[in-house]
Amino acid sequence: MATTTAENGVAAGRRISLGRARWLWVALVVLALLPIVGGKTGLISDYGFLQLSLMIVYAIAVLGLILLTGFNGQISLGHGAFFAVGAYTSAVLIDQMNWPSLATLPVAAIVCFLVGYLFGLPALRLEGHYLALATFALAVAVPQILKYRHFEWFTHGVQGINIFKPDPPFGLPLSGDQWMYLVVLAVAVVMFWIARNLLDSRTGRAMTAIRDHTLAASTMGVNVAHYKTVVFGISALYTGVAGALHAIIFEFVAPDSFRFELSIAILVGAVVGGIASLPGAVIGGVFVQVIEKYADALTKKITAAVNLPLDLEPWTIYGIALIVLMYTMPMGIAGGLALLWRRLKGS
Amino acid sequence: MEQLIEQVASGLANGAIYACLALALVMIFVSTGHINFAQGEMAMFSAYLTWQAMQWGMNFWAALAGVALASFLIGVLVERVILRPLHHAPILSVVVVFIGLLAIFHSLAGAIWGHTIKEFPSPFPHITFAGSGYIGPHQIGMVAVTLLLLVALFAFFRFTPLGLAMRAAAQNPVSARLAGVRVDWMLALGWGLAAAIGAVAGSLVAPAVYLEPNMMASILLYGFAGALVGGISSPGGAVAGGFIVGVLENLIAYGGNLLERASGVYLIGNGEKLSVALIIVITVLTLKPSGLFGHVTVKRV
Amino acid sequence: MTQTTRRMLLAGVGALALALAASPASAQKKYDEGATDTEIKIGNTNPYSGNLSAYGTIGKAIDAYFKMVNEQGGINGRKINFTSYDDGYSPPKTVEMVRKLVEEDKVLFVFQTLGTPPNTAIQKYLNAKKVPQLFVATGASKWGHYKDNPWTMGFQTDYVTESIIYAKHILANVKDPKIGVLMQNDDYGKDYYNGFKTGLGKDADKLIVQLSTYEPTDPTVDSQMIQLKNSGANVFFNITTPKFAAQAIRKAAEIGWKPAHYINNVSTSVATVMKPAGFENGQGILMAQYLKDPTDPQYHKDKDFLEWKAFMQKYYPNGNLTDGSNGYAYAVSNLLHVVLKQCGDDLTRANVMKQAANIKGVQLPMVIDGIKANTSPTDFYPLQSLKMHRFKGESWEPFGEVISGEATN
Repeated sequence: MATTTAENGVAAGRRISLGRARWLWVALVVLALLPIVGGKTGLISDYGFLQLSLMIVYAIAVLGLILLTGFNGQISLGHGAFFAVGAYTSAVLIDQMNWPSLATLPVAAIVCFLVGYLFGLPALRLEGHYLALATFALAVAVPQILKYRHFEWFTHGVQGINIFKPDPPFGLPLSGDQWMYLVVLAVAVVMFWIARNLLDSRTGRAMTAIRDHTLAASTMGVNVAHYKTVVFGISALYTGVAGALHAIIFEFVAPDSFRFELSIAILVGAVVGGIASLPGAVIGGVFVQVIEKYADALTKKITAAVNLPLDLEPWTIYGIALIVLMYTMPMGIAGGLALLWRRLKGS
Repeated sequence: MEQLIEQVASGLANGAIYACLALALVMIFVSTGHINFAQGEMAMFSAYLTWQAMQWGMNFWAALAGVALASFLIGVLVERVILRPLHHAPILSVVVVFIGLLAIFHSLAGAIWGHTIKEFPSPFPHITFAGSGYIGPHQIGMVAVTLLLLVALFAFFRFTPLGLAMRAAAQNPVSARLAGVRVDWMLALGWGLAAAIGAVAGSLVAPAVYLEPNMMASILLYGFAGALVGGISSPGGAVAGGFIVGVLENLIAYGGNLLERASGVYLIGNGEKLSVALIIVITVLTLKPSGLFGHVTVKRV
Repeated sequence: MTQTTRRMLLAGVGALALALAASPASAQKKYDEGATDTEIKIGNTNPYSGNLSAYGTIGKAIDAYFKMVNEQGGINGRKINFTSYDDGYSPPKTVEMVRKLVEEDKVLFVFQTLGTPPNTAIQKYLNAKKVPQLFVATGASKWGHYKDNPWTMGFQTDYVTESIIYAKHILANVKDPKIGVLMQNDDYGKDYYNGFKTGLGKDADKLIVQLSTYEPTDPTVDSQMIQLKNSGANVFFNITTPKFAAQAIRKAAEIGWKPAHYINNVSTSVATVMKPAGFENGQGILMAQYLKDPTDPQYHKDKDFLEWKAFMQKYYPNGNLTDGSNGYAYAVSNLLHVVLKQCGDDLTRANVMKQAANIKGVQLPMVIDGIKANTSPTDFYPLQSLKMHRFKGESWEPFGEVISGEATN
C-alpha cells in the first residue's frame, strides 16, 4: 500500500514481505562465514572486519533512533547521549569491577533503558520542534556532563578509560577483530529480530498509531504516555548497546568521543537510510561509517584535479551530499530502493 | 556584593550575544515554522564577510550594511532554491537539509579564510566611562544594537503592510493566499531577514569572542535556550530570554563558587554551564513550552 | 704443524677475514613495512575538522615540508610519502585512522599525532604492534615513559616542566603570593595545573586561593575573570588557549585587576593573542617559551626565521605567517629529518626508535637559540628546556638563562 504521512511529517515505511525472508537467511549465513572465508583467504583484513563491525554497530544505534522517531513519531537529536551512557556503563564495569567485556552488555542495556525512560517522562509534554530542541540540548551537554567533577572517580574525567576487548573463546583461530565482528553480528541479528517482532505486535501497532494520530489513538484507549516513555526507553536501550559495543571495539572511552557530531551522525544515518524502515537502519549504519571516507576521498580528487581559490574541505561535500539525497530520496535510500523495486515489478 | 553586580553585568553582556542570535532564530520560526539549525553557521559566515570587507578598507558600519544586504540575498536564495522544493517534505528531511547547510557554511568559511583565529575590531570606541569596569563599551554597544533591532522588527511587523503580510502568511497560509499574499515570497523574505539579523549578530559577537569557524557553534545552544525561555514565537521574548540565560548562567556559576569557597564542597560551577542551559531548556519546555512571553497555540482536533 | 700447513692456514684465515670485511654488513639495507629503496611512508592524524581545527595547519605544514624535502632529493635518496587523516580530535576516529595507516597504508611509523586523548587511545595499539608513535603533538608529561611504552616518544617541552618553572619563579619573586588560576577544563589544563601544584610544594592548596575553570564551549571567560579578581589573588596563572587567553588579558585590564600574570606558552603569539588583547594590557606578563614566535619582531632577521618564511611562501602559501603552529611544525619536521638521515639504510622500526633516542645537541630552526634537542635510551623527551620572557612594548623580552626541566618520568 502507499506510504502514510503522519501529522508531524514522519513517513511510514514498507514492510518486507515474508517471501523475502529466504534471501535474508542466505545473507546472514554469508556474513557469519566471512571470518573464515574472508579471513583465511586474506580477502578481508582485520581492518576490514573493523569497518564491518562499525557499520553493524552504527546500524544498531540507528535502529534505536528509528524505533523512536520513525515508528513512534518522537524526534530525537540527542541519541549520542544514550550511546555515551552505554559506552561508559560498559567501560566502568570493566575498569572498576573487572567484569568480562561481553557480560556488560545486558547491564548497559538496562541502564540505558532506564535513562531513556526517565528522559521520556518530560518528553511527553514536548512535540516536534520542542522535543528536537530538548534533545539537541542534551546532545550538546553530554561531554560536559561526562566531565562532571563528582563523576570523576569512575569516569576518570577527561583522561578517559582504557579497557580491553575480549579474546576469542575456546582458543578459536580468530583474530580479536574477527571475533568482535561475530559478536556484533550476533547481537545485531538478535536485536533486529526483537525489533521486528515488537513492531508486528500490539505494541508496535500502538506505537505507529500514536505516531500517526495521537489524539485518535488515545481516544481508542491506547495509553499514550505509557507507550511513549517505554519506547523512549527501548530506543535508548538499542543505541546504548551499540555504544557499549563501540567502547569494547575501541578499548577506550573519553568525553571527547561523544560530542554533538555523534548525535547528528546517527540522525542523518536514520533519515538517509530510511526513517521508518528496518533495512533503512542497516543502510543508515553503513552510511554513517562510510560517508566521511568518501567525502574525504572525493575532496582530495577534486583538489588535485581543479585549482580552486580555496582549500576545499570534506564537510562541504558531505553537506552537498545530504541535500542532494534529501531531494532525490526524501524517504531515505530504503524508500528510494523500495520505490525502484515497485517500479521494476510494475505494480 | 560588588562581584554580584559585576557578574550580572557580564551576564547581560553575554546575554546580548545570545539575544542577537535568538532573534534570528525566532525570525525564521515565526515566518516558516522551522527551526534553523544552520543559523549559527550562517551568522559566522556573514561575520567573515564583514571582516573581509573591512580588510578591503571599508569601515565597520559600511561593511556591515553591505554584508547584511548580501546575507539577506543569500537567505532568500537559500529558501527559494534549496528549501522550496521541500515545502511538503517530512520534517526530518528538512532537518537533514539544515544540517547539510550547516556543514557547507561551516566548512566554506574554513576553506576560504582558514581556521586560525582572527582579530575583529570593535566598532565602538574604546572610551572609559563610569561603570566601564562592569561593562565595556563594546558590550554596551551590543546591547544597544540588539534592542534597536528589536524595536525595528517590532515596528516592521506591527506597522508596515509587508510585516502584516508576513505574519498572515505564517499564521494562516491558506487564508493569506486567498487574501492575495504571495506566501512563498513571504517565506523567502523571512529567511532573508533572519540571515540579515544573523549577519549583525555574528559581526557584533566576533569582536568579543574572536573570529574563527567554530565561533558560533557553542553560542547556538545558548541562543536556542534564550529563544525557548522567552518564547520561540516572540521576538521580544527571545531577546529577553537571551539576557535571562546570560545572567542566569553567570549567577549559578557565581553561587556555586561561593558555596565552594565557603564549604569546600563543589556542587556546580564553571564546568556546568552547558548542563545548566540544558536544564533550563528542559524545565522551560516541560513547564511552559510557549516560554515566558510566547503565546500558546491551540490545536483544533 | 708443517710450514706449508701453517701458511695455508694463515692464507685461509686471511681470505676469510677479507671475505668477512667485504661482506654486505656495511652496505646492508634493512627495511620494515613502509620503507623501500625509494620511499619512506609516514602516517599522521590531525584535527582538520571539529573545535580544534585551528591545529590542522600543523599537518598541512608538515606535508609542505616533506614536499620540499622531496624536491630537494629526499632523505638518503628516498622520497617521503606523508599521509595524514582527519580525526576531528575524536579518539575512536584516531584509532580507526591509525589502524588504517598501519594496516592498509602500511606506513613505517606514525608521526606527530595530535592531542592527548587521541594519543592515549592509540598508544596501546602502536606499542603492541611495535610501530613507533613518534614526536607526538602534545605537551602532556606522560609521553616519555620509555619503560612502559618503548615505542612512544614526545617532542615538546612538557607542560609540567613549564608550570614548575612558573611555580618556582612565583615562590622566589612574589611576596606572600595568593594565586588565582584560570584553567581550561581538559587534559591540557589539568596537566598544567597538576604540574603547577607540584612546583608549589606542600603549601600549594593554601597558596592557590581560587581555581576557575572554563570549557572550550564557553563564549567568554568574563565571569571567571570576575571571580578571580574578587578572590583577592595577586598572582594569576593563565592556562588557556589563544582565544581565551586574549579575552582574559583584556578582561583583567577592563575590571582593573593587575596581578603578577603568568601565561602558558601555547597562548603567547604576539599577533594572535597579545595584539587583540591590547598591547597596553599585556605589559609585564611572564611566560617560558621554547619556540620562536614568528610575529615577534626580534626574530625577523634570524637566519632560521627567514628560511622558514621562504619555505612557507613557496610550499605552503595558504598557510598563515602569523600562526606559531606553522613554526612548530617546521621545527618538528626538521627533527624527524635529522632522525631519518641518521637511520641511513637501516629503516626498520626498531632502528627508527633507536635513532630517535640518539639525538645529541640539535639546534632546531624556529626553536630559541640555546634550547637544543637531546634524547637517549633513558630520556624520551627531546626538548626539555625553556627560556623566560617578559612582555615589553610589542614583543617578548627574554631574560635569564635557559632552564631545563628534570626528567618527568
